[in-house]
This record gives sequence, structure tokens and C-alpha cells, in this order.
Amino acid sequence: MTAPILEAHDLVKNYVVSRGMFAPPGTVKAVAGISFSLEERKTLAVVGESGSGKSTLARMLTLIEHPSAGSLSIAGKDVTRVDGAELKALRSTVQMVFQNPYGSLNPRQTIRKTLEEPLLVNTDMPAAKRRAEAEDMLARVGLRPEHADRYPHMFSGGQRQRIAIARALMLRPKIIVLDEPVSALDVSVRAQVLNLLADLQQEFALAYVFVSHDLSVVRHIADEVMVMYLGGVAEHATKEAIFAEPRHPYTRALLSATPMADPGRKKERIVLSGELPSPFDPPSGCVFHPRCPIAFDRCRVEKPVVTGTAGHLAACHAAEAAAMPGAA
Amino acid sequence: MNLLEIENLSVDFETRSGLFRAVDRVSLTVAPREIVSIVGESGSGKSVAMLAVMGLLPKTARITADRLTFGGENLLGITPAARRKLIGKDIAMIFQEPMSSLNPCFTVGFQIGEALQTHLGLGRAARHTRSIELLEQVGIPEPETRLRAFPHQLSGGMSQRVMIAMAIACSPKLLIADEPSTALDVTIQAQILDLLVRLRDEKDMGLVLITHDMGVVAETAERVVVQYAGQQVELAETVDLFRDPHHPYTAALLAALPERATEKRLPSIPGVVPGQWDRPVGCLFSPRCGFAVDRCRREAPKPCGPDLGRALCHFPLVGGEPRRDLEPAGAAR
Repeated sequence: MTAPILEAHDLVKNYVVSRGMFAPPGTVKAVAGISFSLEERKTLAVVGESGSGKSTLARMLTLIEHPSAGSLSIAGKDVTRVDGAELKALRSTVQMVFQNPYGSLNPRQTIRKTLEEPLLVNTDMPAAKRRAEAEDMLARVGLRPEHADRYPHMFSGGQRQRIAIARALMLRPKIIVLDEPVSALDVSVRAQVLNLLADLQQEFALAYVFVSHDLSVVRHIADEVMVMYLGGVAEHATKEAIFAEPRHPYTRALLSATPMADPGRKKERIVLSGELPSPFDPPSGCVFHPRCPIAFDRCRVEKPVVTGTAGHLAACHAAEAAAMPGAA
Repeated sequence: MNLLEIENLSVDFETRSGLFRAVDRVSLTVAPREIVSIVGESGSGKSVAMLAVMGLLPKTARITADRLTFGGENLLGITPAARRKLIGKDIAMIFQEPMSSLNPCFTVGFQIGEALQTHLGLGRAARHTRSIELLEQVGIPEPETRLRAFPHQLSGGMSQRVMIAMAIACSPKLLIADEPSTALDVTIQAQILDLLVRLRDEKDMGLVLITHDMGVVAETAERVVVQYAGQQVELAETVDLFRDPHHPYTAALLAALPERATEKRLPSIPGVVPGQWDRPVGCLFSPRCGFAVDRCRREAPKPCGPDLGRALCHFPLVGGEPRRDLEPAGAAR
């Protein structure tokens, strides 16, 4: 087992939001204490509804946002303690691919310029070398050299996402944060991009943090899955464990809500009522209890902690009781 | 009797560079209480075909069809006044993006009330009661206060439900839902789909579900139309389509789904959907098809018989293998 390339411990991000002239400012706990670690060539999938804090987590991992509390170490360095040149160097080890390839590429830059820009900003590589690097990367993501002088509008969605991936790889990062990279793509193209991501992971020994709400894609690509709900971890386990025996009722609801392309299969669907509560005033006790089908008295008053055996953690009183028979 | 009957519907757009055929000879029938799904990738003409039924296409569109009727009434030669009586009342549509389809300047209550006033002539008090009833039906909590809300005060799931409430306001006989759940989270998506199926059960309406999500199709639809580059490549019962797809495109589409994959590498379809400029001569899918032979590249195929899912293919697949011996129905010789 190699040392983890990415390690988060009790990571917290709070936003202070003004709520009008006379009301006191409110605090939104966008991410409330998340711990995990990730090794190279591994994929951690972060799953959750919109508002669950997965994008905020992605922004912290890519050093766009500074954590409010907790520690985050990338390649052995704690990002909350470094600054200046060291922080700048760290930034190039984490790169990001965004959800919408129609919005994430500069429409006025040729693909060559887009790909060379990270090198121009971060390295003192000579122009000829930059050019060669960009062309090399273009070939690796399955595009032809003549594409380099075209503009983003001349490409289809799948091709654009390949360009976005190439751009993320220019600085040879160790970690790539993928924010819903295939949700804007059609099924046939989605498979191409997922295959490309798998190839590149092996080739460059990359660690992926794969933010998604599509569980069928997650099931295919992830090694580990972390389910988030309202800023916290609901369940965190290996892919096999989470799909075979989900322990948290929210995970079970998510799995049952995901449509499966198998018309013969009858399944019981757990339909969650309502929507995600406001993060301004999260519910007391377990944040999931107002929507939980199996909530009992303890859930309304006491916040569950993330516990479980190695490789399968869940934050649920019911799961805890089930894991330790006789202890309830 | 069928609610909606479409035979050989084509839509051409006048563009600066000539005519562009967005929908190419699509045929479809929808009976009351039936859920028919249209699947296809972006650019396959699935939304355009249904917008043609609604009469919502711009003036540059040329709609031709052998038959386009709703409840026996011909929709092709219909006067605008007669169409206005039909649309929004008997045929309703849920549009793709709830956030941009609702008018930001008016309250939700006003927008729901509009259809009630126009089509049913309800007075102010009756509209108010009916609107609350509708919002309750689609599962919006505190409908009284929500009626006074503006679209920007609602979340995506809420706006989508408001759109559905507007669409079902006059109890339509046919509801066309264009990607009703694409922009939503899976838990909300499940709620919306359950709601649509429940409405179908309660009101006996026919439902056309436009989607690109094969999972949604498998769980809700009874019949499926698969479209590719404007053409209808397959039409089959849902169970049959998933068990034994006859068109190579359908087969490839199903194989590319991560949940059906058996290996780490997904079987993907090489290349992209042809655009206006690179439309192939023969079968439109031939450049990307794994089974294509010379004849496919030369000659456009004709649809097969209903037992082969009307597959638009020279050599439809049976059990995953192309039938080379078979001549498609209606072909010369």
C-alpha cells in the first residue's frame, strides 16, 4: 500500500452570508467535517444531491477555496500551513475538469492556446517545447494535430470534454477533480470519455476525485464511494460494499431512485419526500431525519457519528445498531 | 382509438445553406393510457418532432406528413384559432428547462391561472381553488404561499412541478414531456416520474416521454421509439427492445451503458452523429456501425416488419447477429 496522495481530516467550509440589512449574518456550513484519503491510480466518487456540498469540497481540493477548519494534505504537504511559492507549486498538482464543456473553454482562444496557457503561466518552458507538449497531449486524448488551431465552437461536446481533460493534464498533475465530467454528454460519447479517463489514469498514475450524481457511472468508474448529505458524509465505503449492502437509508434511497436499464426487474423504490433542507438551519440530530423512512426518537435529538468497520463507514444510528447486534 | 397518429412526419428547416432535414419520416401512434418514449441523442430530432405536433416550430420549418391527427382532427391544415383551442387544453407539453420556461415576471399562481382562464373560463375564485388543488396534486407543500412565489424563488424540482401543474391544469388527453427530469437530482427525478405515471393512471391520458436516459425508458415506458440523426431507427415494446434490439444503433447504445457493461472498458460507438454537412449517402448510421458492409454505405435502408422492431436496417440484428439472409419488408425484389 502506497502513501495517500490526498488526505483530508475533518475538513470544514463555512460561508458567512448576509441575510438583509437588519438580520444578523447567517453561517452556512457547506462542508461540515469530512475525512478521507486517496491513493494514486484510485478513484473516489463523491455522490450527493445538489446542495450536498460536493462542489464546495471540489473547490477546496483544487485550492480555489481555503478550508475554514481541519487539515488537507496533498502529496504529503498540509495546504493549510503552506503559502507563497510552495502553495503555487501545490496548485499544479491538482487540476480540475468542469461539468459543462460548453462553458469551460474560452471561445476566443484556439485549442493550442488553451492547452499552452497552463505551461506559460506556471513554467518557464520555451515556446517550441510548449507547442510540442500541447500537440502531444492532444494526440493522447484522441484528437488530431490539425485540431490545435481550431476554436472551441468547432467541436462537439465529447471533443470539448477531451480538450478540457487535455488542459487539466498539461501540468502533469497527480490528482484530477472531475466535476460531473460526463453528465452533459450523450450516451455513446459518454462511454468514449469514460474509457479515455480510465486509460489516462493508468498512463499518468492519476488519482481521481469523481463528483457525480449518476450512480450507474459511479458504479463503473469508482474504487471508493462517498455519499454526502447536507455537507456531511452519510456513507463512505468501497464500491462493492456500497452497492451490495448500503447501510445508510439515504444511500438506499439514492440507489433505488436511480433508473436502471432493465425493464424486467421489479424493485421496491424508496421515494424520499421533500427536498434537501436549508443549510441555514439544518435539522436537529441527524440532518437526514425529516426525510428518513426509518427515523426514530434518537435520530431527532442526537447527531450520529461516522463509524463502522474499516472500508465501510456510515453516519446512522440504525446502521450502528445493526452493525453491533445486542448493543442497541 | 388512437389519440395521436403520426405517419411519415418530416421537418425541414430553411437554412442559409439550403434545406436541413431535422426529422425524417417518423411514424408513431399513441393510445390513451399509453406511455411511449422517444429516445435519442442530442440532434436526433426527438424534440423537433413533438414541437411539430404542438405547432410550436418557427416559420422557417416546413412540416410534411402523410398523416398527423389528434383525436381524429387533422393537425396539418388546422387554423391557428382552432389550434389554440387544442394546445394547452387537450395536448399539453412539459418543456425541458423549467428555469427558463417559466416567465420570471409573473407569479406561479398567475401562470397556472392563465390556462384555466383561457380554456375553461374559470373566474378568479375558481382559478385560485383549482391552482391550489393542482399544486397539491404535484406534491408542492404549502400551495397557498407558493402561488404567490415568483419562479426565481423556487428550486429546480419545484419549478419542474409547477410546469407539470400548468400542463395538467386542463386535464389534457395527451401529455408530451420533453426531458422532464434531466436537470434534476435522482431523488427528485424519481418523484417526478412517479407523479407522471400516477397522473396517467388517474386521468387516462396518453404520455409521450422524450428522454435520452435509457434507465428512465426501461422503468416507465411501454413502447419505445429510437431516433438517430432525425430518422426513426427502431420502434418496439420496451421489454423486447431491451431484450433483443434489432437495429445496430440501439444495440450499441444499450451496450454503452455503464450498468450493462461487463468489463472495465465500455464498448463505445466510434465517431459522432452526422451533421448537415457530412450526411452519408446510404444508411446514416453506417460510418459508425460495426456490422456495415458495402451495401449499407451505398443504399439507404427501408424499415423492416413489426416483428423486427421496424428497424431501419438492411441486416437487422437477431440475438446480436445480423441477418444477412433477410430482405427488409417492402424492399424491391
